[in-house]
Amino acid sequence: MSQATLRVQKISGHAGTVPGEGTQREYTVCKLIDTTTCIGCKACEVACMEWNDLPFGETVFDNTYQTMPETRWNYWNLILFNEHVREDDGSLMWLMRKNQCMHCAEPGCLAACPADGAIVQYTNGIVDFQQANCIGCGYCITGCPFDIPKMNPKTHRVFKCTLCADRVSEGLEPACIKSCPTGCLHFGSKEDMKFLAEGRAKQLREHSNHPNAGVYDPPGVGGTGVIYVLHDATKPEIYGGLPKDPHVPWTVKLWKGPLKWLGNVAMVGGLIGLFVHYLRYGPKAREEEDINPGGKP
Amino acid sequence: MSTSEQIIPHGHVLRYTLKERLTHWVAAVAYIYLLMTGLAFWSPWLFWVAVILGGAPVSRMLHPWAGLIFFAAVWNMYVMWAPQMKHTDVDKAWWKAVRYYSTNQDDKMPPAGRYNAGQKFLFWGFFWGSLLLLLSGVVMWSPQYFAWHSLIAMRIAVLVHASAALFTIGLFLIHIYMGVFAERGALSSVIHGDVSIAFAKRYHPGWYKEIVGQSSTPRK
Repeated sequence: MSQATLRVQKISGHAGTVPGEGTQREYTVCKLIDTTTCIGCKACEVACMEWNDLPFGETVFDNTYQTMPETRWNYWNLILFNEHVREDDGSLMWLMRKNQCMHCAEPGCLAACPADGAIVQYTNGIVDFQQANCIGCGYCITGCPFDIPKMNPKTHRVFKCTLCADRVSEGLEPACIKSCPTGCLHFGSKEDMKFLAEGRAKQLREHSNHPNAGVYDPPGVGGTGVIYVLHDATKPEIYGGLPKDPHVPWTVKLWKGPLKWLGNVAMVGGLIGLFVHYLRYGPKAREEEDINPGGKP
Repeated sequence: MSTSEQIIPHGHVLRYTLKERLTHWVAAVAYIYLLMTGLAFWSPWLFWVAVILGGAPVSRMLHPWAGLIFFAAVWNMYVMWAPQMKHTDVDKAWWKAVRYYSTNQDDKMPPAGRYNAGQKFLFWGFFWGSLLLLLSGVVMWSPQYFAWHSLIAMRIAVLVHASAALFTIGLFLIHIYMGVFAERGALSSVIHGDVSIAFAKRYHPGWYKEIVGQSSTPRK
């Protein structure tokens, strides 16, 4: 949870209007991760821990460079290391992908969350968890196509990358960006980052023997606030299971869409129906005397 | 507690034993709590209900425990009543005549036993609904203890939980309507345990015949 004073355009579990919706002509921010120039140094992991003051947990040594298998409630930024053999020339590729919250334009976590204000999306596109409003149900975990939100087992509150909303609101770039020594991380407006990413992908296609190079900005979740340049954009799965066409899970869509409407109509309709039935037919028998005139059985 | 210890007013018969009544009210209180907190998580427009019940985090914490209590009561009902809830030929005829039942023409109904076919449907609906709620609820209880591969299970569980809850809410509305509004004497029977002989004869003639037959000196 950041302390930033940003305007909010989407609120989880919220009845009524959203204060910041359409009130600000702010540009959408974006983090660009060029996986082709990442060297896996983990400076971004350290910077994230440092800036966000996260308590350090035990790492998992599995004879690889991998710090731990997946992100944790107190470890929001994790580089995934993957070895991949190219189909065309059989050469080995060592793929490194910095994994964190993707800050979807249409966030599944926010759609699934029932707690008023526990998840917000600022007008600049950052999706932020407000642990003070979180109730610990874990529905956000089911809503995320990237398996990012993680629950603190002790406090039963869910945490994830904030895109350093506190820094961004002060005009700074996220901590991970600042720490990157190769310049594979960039931060700016979505428009600028897309331009930069497309340029890099074109360069890879035309000059670096990566004919499938491209930009990962999945439209299934409305685009993301974190985009990747991939050597092979046709196979995002090889980068530690990056989903090819992520969507808000159909279970969440069904539950928050048709089921909700059906349920509400049925409940309200049922109440009205029973009330009308009572007005029309009334009780089966008014008093005991009506059941049994004279009062004697 | 044996039935003989209870004082039953003149012209009344015992319908629910103390054990049956206690089980009913444990289930009722637990269900109403579950309903209120569950609806708060169902719709943002009802989130305030969780707030007045001590805050949404407290509701989230207690909801599963209330669920366990509710299911324990439902299980006890199953043990007590399942044999009496078997579908019979009279029930078949009852469903055929249900339009008379719903328009208060009870004299045209086939003679119901201790429970009529509608009550049996309610019982089995609540039983299976509660079982689904329990199973899906356990999966949803502690997501922090589930590894990534059970994400699918959790997603399905959320959907099953909401659907089963809606189904039981439908049954619950009918139950409250019948018990409190439509059948005068029904609410009092599950509080005090007894119904008038007239009530028994009117709504459960098969059952009345049965209990009168058991005793050589029927209570009058």
